[in-house]
Amino acid sequence: MDKPTKLTRRRFIALSVLSAGGTCLLSRCANQALSPWRFITVGESNLLDALVEQIIPTDDWPGGRDAGVTNFIDRQLAGAYSRYQETYRKGLLAIQETCTAKFHKRFEEFSFEEQTQFLKIMEGGKMEGRQWGDGFDRYFFRLIRDHSMQGFYGSPRHGGNKDNISYKMMKLDYPVIIGQNRYILKSDGK
Amino acid sequence: MVNKHVNAIVVGAGAGGGIVAKELSVAGLSVVLFERGGWATYDDSDTDELRSQRTTVLGNGYGPDDLHYKRVVVNNDGTTTTVLPSEGSYNNIAACVGSGTVSYGAMAWRFMQEDFKLKTTYGSIEGSTLEDWPLTYEDLESCYEKAEWEIGVAGDATQNPFGAPRKKPYPMPPFSHNREAKLMVDAAKRLGYHPFPIPMLRNSIPYHGRPACIRMRTCCGFACPVNAKCGTHNTVIPIAIGSGNCELRINSVVSEILVNDQGKITGVTYFDEKNNKQNQTADLVVISASATETARLLLNSKSKFFPKGIGNENDWVGRNLQGHAYTGAYGIFEEEVYDDFGPGASVAISDFNHHNPGIMGGGVLCNEFIRMPYLFTGVRPPGAARWGKEHKTFQRLNFKRVAQAVGPYQEIPKFESRVEVDPTVKDFRGIPVVRLSGTRHEKDIEGCRFMSEKAELWLKEAGAVHTWQSVGGGKGISGGQHQAGTCRMGNDPKTSVTDKYGRIHAVPNLFVADGSLNVSNGGFNPVLTIMALGFRVGGYIAGEWLKGNRFK
Ligand SMILES: Cc1cc2nc3c(=O)[nH]c(=O)nc-3n(C[C@H](O)[C@H](O)[C@H](O)COP(=O)(O)OP(=O)(O)OC[C@H]3O[C@@H](n4cnc5c(N)ncnc54)[C@H](O)[C@@H]3O)c2cc1C
Repeated sequence: MDKPTKLTRRRFIALSVLSAGGTCLLSRCANQALSPWRFITVGESNLLDALVEQIIPTDDWPGGRDAGVTNFIDRQLAGAYSRYQETYRKGLLAIQETCTAKFHKRFEEFSFEEQTQFLKIMEGGKMEGRQWGDGFDRYFFRLIRDHSMQGFYGSPRHGGNKDNISYKMMKLDYPVIIGQNRYILKSDGK
Repeated sequence: MVNKHVNAIVVGAGAGGGIVAKELSVAGLSVVLFERGGWATYDDSDTDELRSQRTTVLGNGYGPDDLHYKRVVVNNDGTTTTVLPSEGSYNNIAACVGSGTVSYGAMAWRFMQEDFKLKTTYGSIEGSTLEDWPLTYEDLESCYEKAEWEIGVAGDATQNPFGAPRKKPYPMPPFSHNREAKLMVDAAKRLGYHPFPIPMLRNSIPYHGRPACIRMRTCCGFACPVNAKCGTHNTVIPIAIGSGNCELRINSVVSEILVNDQGKITGVTYFDEKNNKQNQTADLVVISASATETARLLLNSKSKFFPKGIGNENDWVGRNLQGHAYTGAYGIFEEEVYDDFGPGASVAISDFNHHNPGIMGGGVLCNEFIRMPYLFTGVRPPGAARWGKEHKTFQRLNFKRVAQAVGPYQEIPKFESRVEVDPTVKDFRGIPVVRLSGTRHEKDIEGCRFMSEKAELWLKEAGAVHTWQSVGGGKGISGGQHQAGTCRMGNDPKTSVTDKYGRIHAVPNLFVADGSLNVSNGGFNPVLTIMALGFRVGGYIAGEWLKGNRFK
């Protein structure tokens, strides 16, 4: 079960347009039936793509988004991490609400640098607003960070680390077959 | 259907229990060995870091699972949190035939003579239940030897001048060092230390019909695909079953020790693989469920004869929970020091195990098991980015250039560090769960700082250009994979739970044989000592049985 459930291309585009229109806050988009994902909505997936790309940005090597980290998180939320479903729903909504209330933009519409600033405030526990009380900002940031790292650096069997990309980046030959792969990789790991 | 009465029940097919089952069944006793998990295979976690036994975020590769188990931890501020087996604060070992011995790193340490006499060596320590063992190293020496030869250890004891005296060498030659260890061996020698190959419960040559190790990257936290790692699951347990006298009952969770209307122990109650409650009777019972779960089982066995749980008249069951404060340092080298030769850890120094000025005990220092990619995302010097581009660059540039020197600091036991059963929270089967509380002794951190300084010095000498310490021993509950101490052995029934053969004081036919017995936990990983205690308790019971003692 690696792929999101089936969805026609047309419907997918329609949905993307809808959520990119800026009129759709996550709460109203939280319609499972229309999402190609297992747990998250299309709107949430766009936000998550931006978040995981912040945690592991693209450089000479693919970043979190292209490595399928959003897919990893969605898959775990429908499985091993189902206990975090509510936290994600609440946290992702809180991020978008904060962005739209203050700047009338969704998180993924900010520049990369602005997004980084936003997350640094979150990491430092300095978010304002009721929804961030009790240290929820720091807690939710850590959760996203840890889960992104797991998705990028963990085994591809869980839906992230597409094409063993992080292993290649670290010059680790994978998959380890029984025994050892005793050959030297080229210096760029490719 | 009523289960056939047997001579002995052993609860838990891990390090201690597997050995007891073999000692008893080979001596001719009929045995039922209960294990809550099943047989583990390599495929259960494969090379999957996120579901291994070391990084368990998506579940324990070798049990227990998140659906059927949970625990309660008491936080420093007095609040409680319910935690799952995949969360670190659960303090898990494993749940399968062999338990931790299937997936462990397999370091095979004998404790030192001093470790059995901490009070005599260091005197009383305020706020601690520090005590001598009711037995000496010499009393346990032959059992260590049995563990090394029957389970299988590779090493060279002659290279460690601080090792306790021994009669026989290891059965297998030591492993060769990997690249980082070679650098560290030379550095240790230059510093005047005494480096030696870590003794390992792994085949360096074919042994007992199983092949030699193939040096996989995924070793610590994983099962061995070629069966070169030596645990109880591929040594003593098959021998026990092969004797014809031992039935291994897997996926069976023991919930209570049975007491009859005269106050005698008659067997156990358990949930079978279909979750039906059954009884099994026996002449004697041995509990080997690990330091946390053994205490839980004794405390959950309340009756009019044992209103506070069995063995708990003086409130000592579950007390003195210890693990190890892991402490050491990291170093970044200019050259790559990683050569992909598993399991990674291969060199040790024992120069700082005891007789250090101003601190109790100490510990062994080793280079570390290979840190898998996700684990490595948490390895950063102070101040370094924890996410973003800089973090990713560090990961790419330094994964193969970081080495670690680290060791288990011998913790100072505390009465307040304990296992209880939670008054309200129950697991899937309705059994009250383990509740963990307490903090480490405040002096542990001093010992950890001392060891971390030595570790950092060692890495610098080896050529690390940037080093930093990671000091263990902070506040918080100890236990974890090295959990021990909760059913302390002793001569005085008022301040211990079992006698020096692991028998619960004042209960003639109930024994404990696992890490619970450890009076203190050594400056070493504990499993070989737990195995030695398994041979001691099992050997004692079998010897008495053959003499006609029926433990009535
Ligand atoms: C990843 C990892 C690495 C490690 N590396 C090392 C190392 O290098 N060196 C070292 O010395 N140690 C190491 N250890 C620790 C070592 O595995 C433990 O110290 C050892 O297994 C403890 O032995 P025990 O007999 O006390 O308990 P266990 O071996 O845990 O045995 C207890 C058994 O009882 C079963 N059980 C519990 N409750 C019940 C019940 N109610 N009914 C039925 N069955 C039950 C459990 O499932 C388990 O199989 C490591 C552990 C892990 C997980």
